[in-house]
Amino acid sequence: MTFKEIKKIVSTKTVGIAGCGGLGSNCAVALARTGVGKLVVADFDVVEQSNLNRQYYYADQLGQKKSFTLSDNLYFVNPDVKVIAHDVKLEPKDIVRIFKDCDVIVEAFDQAEMKQMIIETVLREMPGKPLICGIGMAGFGNNNSIRMDQHDDLYICGDMETEIADDCPPMAPRVGIVANMQANQAIELLIKMCEK
Amino acid sequence: MKIQVNNRPEEIERTEMTVQELIDYKNFKFKMLVTKINGKLVKKDERNTAIVKDGDDVTILHMISGG
Repeated sequence: MTFKEIKKIVSTKTVGIAGCGGLGSNCAVALARTGVGKLVVADFDVVEQSNLNRQYYYADQLGQKKSFTLSDNLYFVNPDVKVIAHDVKLEPKDIVRIFKDCDVIVEAFDQAEMKQMIIETVLREMPGKPLICGIGMAGFGNNNSIRMDQHDDLYICGDMETEIADDCPPMAPRVGIVANMQANQAIELLIKMCEK
Repeated sequence: MKIQVNNRPEEIERTEMTVQELIDYKNFKFKMLVTKINGKLVKKDERNTAIVKDGDDVTILHMISGG
Protein backbone atom coordinates (compact mmCIF):
# COMPACT_ATOMS: atom_id res chain seq x y z
CA MET A 1 0.00 0.00 0.00
CA THR A 2 1.19 3.51 -0.74
CA PHE A 3 1.09 6.10 2.02
CA LYS A 4 -1.65 7.87 0.06
CA GLU A 5 -3.79 4.71 0.17
CA ILE A 6 -3.09 4.19 3.86
CA LYS A 7 -3.96 7.79 4.63
CA LYS A 8 -7.19 7.57 2.65
CA ILE A 9 -8.35 4.73 4.92
CA VAL A 10 -7.17 6.00 8.29
CA SER A 11 -8.51 9.50 7.61
CA THR A 12 -12.02 8.04 7.93
CA LYS A 13 -11.25 6.43 11.31
CA THR A 14 -11.41 7.47 14.97
CA VAL A 15 -9.02 6.40 17.73
CA GLY A 16 -9.68 7.00 21.43
CA ILE A 17 -6.73 7.56 23.74
CA ALA A 18 -7.31 7.19 27.49
CA GLY A 19 -4.56 9.23 29.17
CA CYS A 20 -2.30 11.92 27.73
CA GLY A 21 0.97 11.09 29.52
CA GLY A 22 4.01 9.30 28.15
CA LEU A 23 2.05 6.65 26.26
CA GLY A 24 -0.93 8.76 25.21
CA SER A 25 0.88 11.88 24.00
CA ASN A 26 3.45 9.98 21.95
CA CYS A 27 0.90 7.53 20.54
CA ALA A 28 -1.35 10.44 19.54
CA VAL A 29 1.50 12.15 17.68
CA ALA A 30 2.27 8.98 15.69
CA LEU A 31 -1.40 8.57 14.79
CA ALA A 32 -1.71 12.25 13.84
CA ARG A 33 1.35 12.05 11.58
CA THR A 34 -0.17 8.99 9.89
CA GLY A 35 -3.33 10.99 9.28
CA VAL A 36 -5.95 9.30 11.45
CA GLY A 37 -9.12 11.34 10.92
CA LYS A 38 -10.19 11.87 14.50
CA LEU A 39 -8.52 11.43 17.87
CA VAL A 40 -10.50 11.47 21.12
CA VAL A 41 -8.10 12.17 24.00
CA ALA A 42 -8.78 12.38 27.73
CA ASP A 43 -6.76 13.27 30.83
CA PHE A 44 -7.34 15.27 34.02
CA ASP A 45 -3.72 16.15 34.75
CA VAL A 46 -1.53 19.18 34.07
CA VAL A 47 1.94 19.20 32.51
CA GLU A 48 4.70 19.03 35.12
CA GLN A 49 8.46 19.42 34.88
CA SER A 50 8.98 15.71 35.62
CA ASN A 51 6.82 14.78 32.60
CA LEU A 52 9.18 16.39 30.10
CA ASN A 53 11.60 13.42 30.18
CA ARG A 54 9.15 11.42 28.04
CA GLN A 55 5.87 13.19 27.29
CA TYR A 56 5.13 15.19 24.15
CA TYR A 57 4.98 18.64 25.75
CA TYR A 58 7.29 21.62 25.78
CA ALA A 59 9.02 23.47 28.59
CA ASP A 60 6.77 26.51 28.13
CA GLN A 61 3.63 24.40 28.66
CA LEU A 62 4.13 23.61 32.36
CA GLY A 63 0.95 23.91 34.42
CA GLN A 64 -1.35 23.58 31.41
CA LYS A 65 -4.04 20.90 31.10
CA LYS A 66 -2.60 17.91 29.25
CA SER A 67 -5.70 17.13 27.19
CA PHE A 68 -6.02 20.63 25.72
CA THR A 69 -2.25 21.10 25.39
CA LEU A 70 -1.91 17.81 23.51
CA SER A 71 -4.70 18.98 21.23
CA ASP A 72 -2.68 22.17 20.51
CA ASN A 73 0.51 20.22 19.85
CA LEU A 74 -1.28 17.79 17.53
CA TYR A 75 -2.53 20.74 15.51
CA PHE A 76 1.06 21.75 14.80
CA VAL A 77 1.89 18.15 13.84
CA ASN A 78 -1.06 17.76 11.48
CA PRO A 79 -3.82 20.39 11.28
CA ASP A 80 -6.06 18.01 9.30
CA VAL A 81 -6.64 15.76 12.33
CA LYS A 82 -9.77 16.50 14.31
CA VAL A 83 -9.00 16.27 18.03
CA ILE A 84 -11.69 16.03 20.70
CA ALA A 85 -10.08 16.70 24.09
CA HIS A 86 -11.74 15.83 27.41
CA ASP A 87 -10.39 17.22 30.69
CA VAL A 88 -11.68 14.41 32.90
CA LYS A 89 -10.49 11.74 35.32
CA LEU A 90 -11.96 8.75 33.50
CA GLU A 91 -14.40 6.44 35.26
CA PRO A 92 -16.18 3.45 33.72
CA LYS A 93 -19.25 5.44 32.70
CA ASP A 94 -17.07 8.09 31.01
CA ILE A 95 -15.13 5.47 29.08
CA VAL A 96 -18.27 4.08 27.49
CA ARG A 97 -19.68 7.56 26.78
CA ILE A 98 -16.50 9.18 25.45
CA PHE A 99 -15.07 6.28 23.44
CA LYS A 100 -18.18 4.46 22.17
CA ASP A 101 -17.81 5.74 18.58
CA CYS A 102 -14.06 5.05 18.39
CA ASP A 103 -12.87 2.27 16.07
CA VAL A 104 -10.01 1.44 18.44
CA ILE A 105 -9.19 2.47 22.02
CA VAL A 106 -5.65 2.95 23.31
CA GLU A 107 -5.07 2.55 27.06
CA ALA A 108 -2.45 5.07 28.12
CA PHE A 109 -2.80 5.38 31.88
CA ASP A 110 0.09 5.21 34.31
CA GLN A 111 -1.57 3.53 37.33
CA ALA A 112 -2.11 -0.26 37.36
CA GLU A 113 -5.55 0.26 38.97
CA MET A 114 -6.64 2.44 36.05
CA LYS A 115 -5.34 -0.08 33.51
CA GLN A 116 -7.38 -2.80 35.23
CA MET A 117 -10.43 -0.51 35.30
CA ILE A 118 -10.42 0.29 31.57
CA ILE A 119 -9.74 -3.34 30.55
CA GLU A 120 -12.61 -4.61 32.69
CA THR A 121 -14.91 -1.83 31.46
CA VAL A 122 -14.19 -2.33 27.77
CA LEU A 123 -14.36 -6.15 27.97
CA ARG A 124 -17.65 -6.01 29.83
CA GLU A 125 -19.41 -2.96 28.44
CA MET A 126 -17.99 -2.72 24.91
CA PRO A 127 -17.51 -6.29 23.65
CA GLY A 128 -15.65 -6.55 20.34
CA LYS A 129 -14.03 -3.11 20.70
CA PRO A 130 -10.26 -3.39 20.18
CA LEU A 131 -8.28 -2.16 23.20
CA ILE A 132 -4.52 -1.67 22.99
CA CYS A 133 -2.75 -1.48 26.36
CA GLY A 134 0.78 -0.62 27.43
CA ILE A 135 2.10 -2.73 30.29
CA GLY A 136 5.72 -2.67 31.51
CA MET A 137 8.09 -0.10 30.01
CA ALA A 138 10.08 1.45 32.87
CA GLY A 139 13.86 1.88 32.90
CA PHE A 140 16.20 1.70 29.91
CA GLY A 141 17.83 -0.90 27.67
CA ASN A 142 16.63 -4.48 27.18
CA ASN A 143 15.07 -3.83 23.79
CA ASN A 144 14.26 -7.46 23.11
CA SER A 145 11.98 -7.75 26.14
CA ILE A 146 9.41 -5.43 24.57
CA ARG A 147 6.74 -7.25 22.59
CA MET A 148 3.00 -7.58 21.97
CA ASP A 149 0.58 -10.25 23.25
CA GLN A 150 -2.94 -10.64 21.88
CA HIS A 151 -5.90 -11.95 23.87
CA ASP A 152 -8.90 -11.73 21.49
CA ASP A 153 -9.66 -8.01 21.07
CA LEU A 154 -7.20 -7.06 23.80
CA TYR A 155 -3.65 -6.23 22.74
CA ILE A 156 -0.87 -5.74 25.31
CA CYS A 157 2.33 -3.95 24.33
CA GLY A 158 5.34 -3.77 26.64
CA ASP A 159 7.68 -6.04 28.56
CA MET A 160 4.83 -7.07 30.94
CA GLU A 161 7.37 -6.85 33.78
CA THR A 162 9.11 -3.61 34.69
CA GLU A 163 7.23 -1.51 37.20
CA ILE A 164 8.10 2.13 37.76
CA ALA A 165 10.09 2.87 40.91
CA ASP A 166 12.60 5.50 42.07
CA ASP A 167 15.41 3.35 40.72
CA CYS A 168 13.45 2.30 37.61
CA PRO A 169 11.93 5.50 36.22
CA PRO A 170 9.83 5.80 33.08
CA MET A 171 11.98 7.37 30.33
CA ALA A 172 11.48 8.61 26.78
CA PRO A 173 13.02 5.73 24.81
CA ARG A 174 11.14 2.73 26.24
CA VAL A 175 7.89 4.63 26.87
CA GLY A 176 8.15 5.97 23.31
CA ILE A 177 8.74 2.48 21.90
CA VAL A 178 5.61 1.13 23.60
CA ALA A 179 3.53 4.20 22.66
CA ASN A 180 4.55 3.78 19.03
CA MET A 181 3.87 0.03 19.17
CA GLN A 182 0.37 0.88 20.33
CA ALA A 183 0.00 3.34 17.43
CA ASN A 184 1.39 0.73 15.04
CA GLN A 185 -1.16 -1.85 16.22
CA ALA A 186 -3.96 0.71 15.95
CA ILE A 187 -3.03 1.47 12.33
CA GLU A 188 -2.89 -2.25 11.49
CA LEU A 189 -6.37 -2.76 12.96
CA LEU A 190 -7.81 0.27 11.14
CA ILE A 191 -6.46 -0.96 7.81
CA LYS A 192 -7.76 -4.51 8.47
CA MET A 193 -11.22 -3.16 9.31
CA CYS A 194 -11.36 -1.65 5.86
CA GLU A 195 -10.23 -4.87 4.16
CA LYS A 196 -13.05 -6.88 5.74
CA MET B 1 -6.83 -31.26 33.11
CA LYS B 2 -5.13 -29.67 30.12
CA ILE B 3 -5.69 -25.93 29.80
CA GLN B 4 -4.11 -22.90 28.15
CA VAL B 5 -2.76 -20.19 30.43
CA ASN B 6 -1.75 -16.99 28.65
CA ASN B 7 -1.56 -18.81 25.31
CA ARG B 8 0.72 -21.55 26.74
CA PRO B 9 -0.34 -25.18 27.37
CA GLU B 10 -0.50 -26.26 31.02
CA GLU B 11 -1.28 -29.65 32.54
CA ILE B 12 -2.54 -29.70 36.14
CA GLU B 13 -3.35 -32.76 38.28
CA ARG B 14 -6.89 -31.57 38.99
CA THR B 15 -10.20 -32.01 37.22
CA GLU B 16 -11.19 -28.41 37.92
CA MET B 17 -10.21 -25.44 40.05
CA THR B 18 -11.29 -21.87 40.66
CA VAL B 19 -9.53 -18.97 38.99
CA GLN B 20 -8.13 -17.94 42.38
CA GLU B 21 -6.75 -21.46 42.95
CA LEU B 22 -5.07 -21.29 39.55
CA ILE B 23 -3.55 -17.90 40.44
CA ASP B 24 -2.18 -19.38 43.67
CA TYR B 25 -1.00 -22.53 41.87
CA LYS B 26 0.89 -20.41 39.34
CA ASN B 27 2.28 -18.40 42.25
CA PHE B 28 1.22 -15.09 40.67
CA LYS B 29 1.87 -12.48 43.35
CA PHE B 30 0.79 -9.26 41.65
CA LYS B 31 -2.07 -7.40 43.32
CA MET B 32 -3.57 -6.04 40.12
CA LEU B 33 -4.74 -8.70 37.69
CA VAL B 34 -7.24 -9.04 34.89
CA THR B 35 -8.57 -12.59 34.47
CA LYS B 36 -10.54 -14.20 31.65
CA ILE B 37 -11.85 -17.69 30.89
CA ASN B 38 -12.36 -18.43 27.19
CA GLY B 39 -12.31 -14.72 26.44
CA LYS B 40 -14.97 -13.89 29.04
CA LEU B 41 -13.98 -11.49 31.80
CA VAL B 42 -13.85 -12.86 35.36
CA LYS B 43 -13.97 -9.89 37.73
CA LYS B 44 -11.94 -9.85 40.92
CA ASP B 45 -14.87 -10.76 43.17
CA GLU B 46 -15.79 -13.71 40.91
CA ARG B 47 -12.38 -15.41 41.04
CA ASN B 48 -13.29 -17.62 44.03
CA THR B 49 -16.36 -19.01 42.25
CA ALA B 50 -15.41 -19.05 38.55
CA ILE B 51 -14.37 -22.60 37.59
CA VAL B 52 -11.55 -23.54 35.23
CA LYS B 53 -11.94 -26.98 33.62
CA ASP B 54 -10.30 -29.18 31.00
CA GLY B 55 -9.83 -27.44 27.66
CA ASP B 56 -10.33 -23.91 28.99
CA ASP B 57 -8.31 -21.00 27.70
CA VAL B 58 -7.39 -18.83 30.67
CA THR B 59 -5.86 -15.38 30.57
CA ILE B 60 -4.21 -13.89 33.66
CA LEU B 61 -2.79 -10.44 32.96
CA HIS B 62 -0.57 -8.54 35.38
CA MET B 63 -1.29 -4.85 35.61
CA ILE B 64 1.91 -2.84 36.09
CA SER B 65 2.11 0.90 36.73
CA GLY B 66 3.91 3.12 34.24
CA GLY B 67 3.06 5.08 31.15
